[in-house]
Amino acid sequence: MFLLRILQGDRSGQLFMLVLIATLVAVPVMAALPADHALHLSSYTVTLLGKYLTYALLAVAVDLVWGYLGILSLGHAAFFALGGYAMGMYLMRQIGDRGVYGNPELPDFMVFLDWQELPWFWFGMDQFWFAMLMVMVAPGLLAFVFGWFAFRSRVTGVYLSIITQALTFALMLAFFRNEMGFGGNNGLTDFKDILGFSLQSDSTRMGLFIASGIALGLGYLSCRAIVKSRLGRVAVAIRDTEDRVRFVGYRVENVKLAIFTFSAMLAGIAGALYVPQVGIINPSEFQPLNSIEVVVWVAMGGRATLYGAVIGAVGVNYAKTWFTGALPDAWLFALGALFVFVTLLLPRGIAGLFRRRGGA
Amino acid sequence: MKFLSVLLLCLSLLPAHAARVETGDERLDGIFEALMGSDFAAKEDAISALAATGHAQRFEWIEGILDGRLRLLKKQKRLVWAEQQGSRYVATDALSGEMLGEFKKRKLKKIAINNAMRRGIRGILATRDLDSEDPAARLSSIQAMLANPSPGQAQLVEPRLASEADPEVRSAMQLVLALGKLGAQARKERLQAVIDVSASLEPAVRQQLQKMTDSDPDAGVRAAAARSLEKIEERVRLFGHLETLFFGLSLGSVLVLAAIGLAITFGVMGVINMAHGELIMLGAYTTYLMQLLLPEHTGLSLLLSIPAAFIVSGLVGIAIERGVIRFLYGRPLETLLATFGISLILQQLVRTLISPQNVPVSNPEFMSGFWQVNSVLSLTYNRLYIILFCLLVFAGLFLILKRTRLGLQVRAVSQNRSMARAMGVHSARVDALTFGLGSGIAGVAGVALSQLTNVGPNLGQAYIVDSFMVVVFGGVGNLWGTLIGGIGLGVANKFMEPWAGAVMAKILILVLVILFIQKRPRGLFPQKGRAAEG
Amino acid sequence: MLKNPSAQWLQRDRVFDFLVPREVEGLDLSHGTVLYMEGVSVSFDGFKAINDLNFYVNVGELRCVIGPNGAGKTTMMDIITGKTRPDTGTCWFGQRHNLLRMSEPEIAQAGIGRKFQKPTVFEHHSVFENLELSMAGPKAVWPTLVARLSGEQRDRIEEVMQTIGLAEDAATLAGSLSHGQKQWLEIGMLLMQNPLLLLVDEPAAGMTHQEMDRTVELLSSLAGEHSVVVVEHDMDFVRALNSRVTVLHQGSVLAEGRMDDVQNDKQVIEVYLGE
Repeated sequence: MFLLRILQGDRSGQLFMLVLIATLVAVPVMAALPADHALHLSSYTVTLLGKYLTYALLAVAVDLVWGYLGILSLGHAAFFALGGYAMGMYLMRQIGDRGVYGNPELPDFMVFLDWQELPWFWFGMDQFWFAMLMVMVAPGLLAFVFGWFAFRSRVTGVYLSIITQALTFALMLAFFRNEMGFGGNNGLTDFKDILGFSLQSDSTRMGLFIASGIALGLGYLSCRAIVKSRLGRVAVAIRDTEDRVRFVGYRVENVKLAIFTFSAMLAGIAGALYVPQVGIINPSEFQPLNSIEVVVWVAMGGRATLYGAVIGAVGVNYAKTWFTGALPDAWLFALGALFVFVTLLLPRGIAGLFRRRGGA
Repeated sequence: MKFLSVLLLCLSLLPAHAARVETGDERLDGIFEALMGSDFAAKEDAISALAATGHAQRFEWIEGILDGRLRLLKKQKRLVWAEQQGSRYVATDALSGEMLGEFKKRKLKKIAINNAMRRGIRGILATRDLDSEDPAARLSSIQAMLANPSPGQAQLVEPRLASEADPEVRSAMQLVLALGKLGAQARKERLQAVIDVSASLEPAVRQQLQKMTDSDPDAGVRAAAARSLEKIEERVRLFGHLETLFFGLSLGSVLVLAAIGLAITFGVMGVINMAHGELIMLGAYTTYLMQLLLPEHTGLSLLLSIPAAFIVSGLVGIAIERGVIRFLYGRPLETLLATFGISLILQQLVRTLISPQNVPVSNPEFMSGFWQVNSVLSLTYNRLYIILFCLLVFAGLFLILKRTRLGLQVRAVSQNRSMARAMGVHSARVDALTFGLGSGIAGVAGVALSQLTNVGPNLGQAYIVDSFMVVVFGGVGNLWGTLIGGIGLGVANKFMEPWAGAVMAKILILVLVILFIQKRPRGLFPQKGRAAEG
Repeated sequence: MLKNPSAQWLQRDRVFDFLVPREVEGLDLSHGTVLYMEGVSVSFDGFKAINDLNFYVNVGELRCVIGPNGAGKTTMMDIITGKTRPDTGTCWFGQRHNLLRMSEPEIAQAGIGRKFQKPTVFEHHSVFENLELSMAGPKAVWPTLVARLSGEQRDRIEEVMQTIGLAEDAATLAGSLSHGQKQWLEIGMLLMQNPLLLLVDEPAAGMTHQEMDRTVELLSSLAGEHSVVVVEHDMDFVRALNSRVTVLHQGSVLAEGRMDDVQNDKQVIEVYLGE
């Protein structure tokens, strides 16, 4: 009932949760329909939808720091990818001796590189609980360390954006290196199963889709809880007039650090759910373009609304899927035009169209 | 199939016999017969004998043996020059110069040589220009001797030393003699030679000294050789550092070129232009298109590309400013997103209109080659030119901002927009021109980059993060900061590369800049004062 | 509803919470001086904004600071609140708090509140929320996250809203208030913070005469329990406050005393009226 209290007075949030729950019920039903039925959903579509939901969670995480705290992070894909890598490492260990080289301990790429033993940071990753812990700890720790430096020295605005971009760029270069122990160029792939369920089976895919939906719902609620609290109001105050908040007595850097770290963890969870559904994680997930794309989802959907981020993420990615099928060359034109269009003509996003003037 | 393999077997079993050559000169015939054979010791002797014949064309032939152009036309038993043309070879008689027509490759027998012979041949060729009128030719002849030492060199050089007038050639000659004496019998002579060569950087000298340090029979000579070697190694290291510095300067210049346009749009105008990298890319593509227009004149087209790229990128920049950015002043984060969108469009435009692959851009002649400072340090011209070009562009931009009316207006608008407007500055026009200037410089940087890296749709993306780092590191709104920041990052990067590796060095630089910004959020040269607060 | 809110807190029989200063742990005011600034200098790009400034404020004192533009008034406040670090000099709050070693939030928590020259309120928050955020109390991350308003706190906010005349605008976004209302809201935020030392930068700007009178009354009544430093340009306002006046010129103190004495000071006249 605590959850319901969070949604009190949040009409759009209630609506969003209803739609989400309806989707989580409808999709399994539609997937269970006979294949020739008009409403039948293929396993491919279910996985695609699951992917959108993880993107939506990532977008919610970005909206929390951008919309409410004023930090335009151009590096959130890095946290997403780190979570993804943590999950990938677990899935890699699950392969066991079914790899090409049949080594029970070492993943294929390590055998290929002629490594004799597992690097220290791979230990424990065969345990699901430990890997899931790392899914949150790794991005959280990175965000904490980065934020600890950045917020303390009051790097703000575009400077902060640029160094977050440099951060993800540096990580991309690092993960491309074979010596890092994350599979270099190719990343981690050829996963077999998760918790003993085959990743190829329809029921596992459905399970992952539902898990993504639940994660999105919980992510939304927790962000909503933060936003609704006094801390959320402090965050908005920081976004608008950072200096004034300091003179009132709040430690701006700590507030930023806490919310930024939390957001990074959410992004990590999204990445962890994304990887088993797409079956691969590689360094290109770190590329700066990905992070900026997320920002555009949020801008498109409407900043500082949380549910707008979900609309943006699903909408833009649906468009992307459609374009890559129908007009692959035009996608970047469309995306580029979308960037310009949203910033110039739709500064409050799609959510802004729904909201009445002055209303929150 | 079976027939074929049997045939091959038979062929390989045929007795190998040397081919005959008929030149009309018996001595030459004998020499070339030995050369066509398979006994390498005999072939080495034959080369020496050929050099000793005094025949007018001997050096040409020896050179031809080295590069494989001198061949035997098997049927006619004639020595010919073979020039490849398509899949066939045109043969000219090596003695008479008579055209013999086209032949298939297998009609022409090559003179096989091994590495030992190659060294010997180079040593012999080195003596060719010893008596040339041109001191530069004499010098290169001596230097070739140093690079390919052979026992007889000293005797060739010694008589010529006294009459040599050019000091540079003289010192090189003395070095050859000292190198010869390193192998002398008398201990004293060796000791003296060891000291004499200690100023040289020639690899041959170092090799010889290393050999002596390890295995000279005399302990005193060994120690002296070790000392000399250490002295030389120290200088080699110094020149190694100089070379790294040079690489760093050239990389730094590239960074400065890429960043300086950004320093204007970001620093002076406060506009985040994520499409800056694509404006650089457009400059590089302009160079490519100019070369397509003037395929015969690479140098001219490159020079013309500079103003052309300035105009192309500048105009695109002005279009971006008028079309998008001017609606977003005061909203830096939105500007960032919108210009990023533009960068995607520009990239895709190039992919669609030209090619998604990299395009070839050739270097004009004056850009290739290098300046050999000494035997361990050579500076390539393209890097040298980049450094010069960067300084020129910087100076030009500096003058524009400090000395022209536009510059004055730009500075006025950047400091206080409304005040400048009140003083009659047409701020919208100044914005457009400033942005055009910054973008034009990006285009010029693209011309420079086209000479160094691959020109492709992703060219800009590779530089955008670096450029921002330079501007932020140097201090926003400060051209000097950009210059020093860029050069500093370039040099630091190159000095880190040897021990960290190229990728790791780049990562370290990024991390260092990130940490640096934490320490000094306003960069190396911050703008101070109350205006900069908050 | 009272049309003139100041009338309400003028009820002398009632002691409002915000009129009772908060106890600050470790603050030692035994020498009767709440603020010490000694030998303070700061320069921006070679321009000396503050030059060997000595400035003391007694406990419970109301002090006005005047001076021509660029005299260093705002910079002085920046130094006290930790926004600007001086090149030399010392700055103490009571006997124990070295302000030069404290961050802005620490200084604010220690009991120094500031109203800015340009009214800065949280534009996207309602009047009520603005006051809630400024309320004294624990301000670390976790307590802020789980904070709930108690009835008592709610009452305090109501009281302050009455005082500043914005009771009817509790739900109005601060961004849509008029300039004068923002001034009042910022004063209200200061009251919620309930600091020992209030630094008030140009409170009268954009206010009507009646509002100014109310401000004078409010500031005068705060003095005594609190120490108040007011920077103001409006001479009528300063005269109405009827307090000691410090004249700053080129970053240091030119004269100090009652308004009448200061006005007759030869140097002050020279500075204000030219040679």
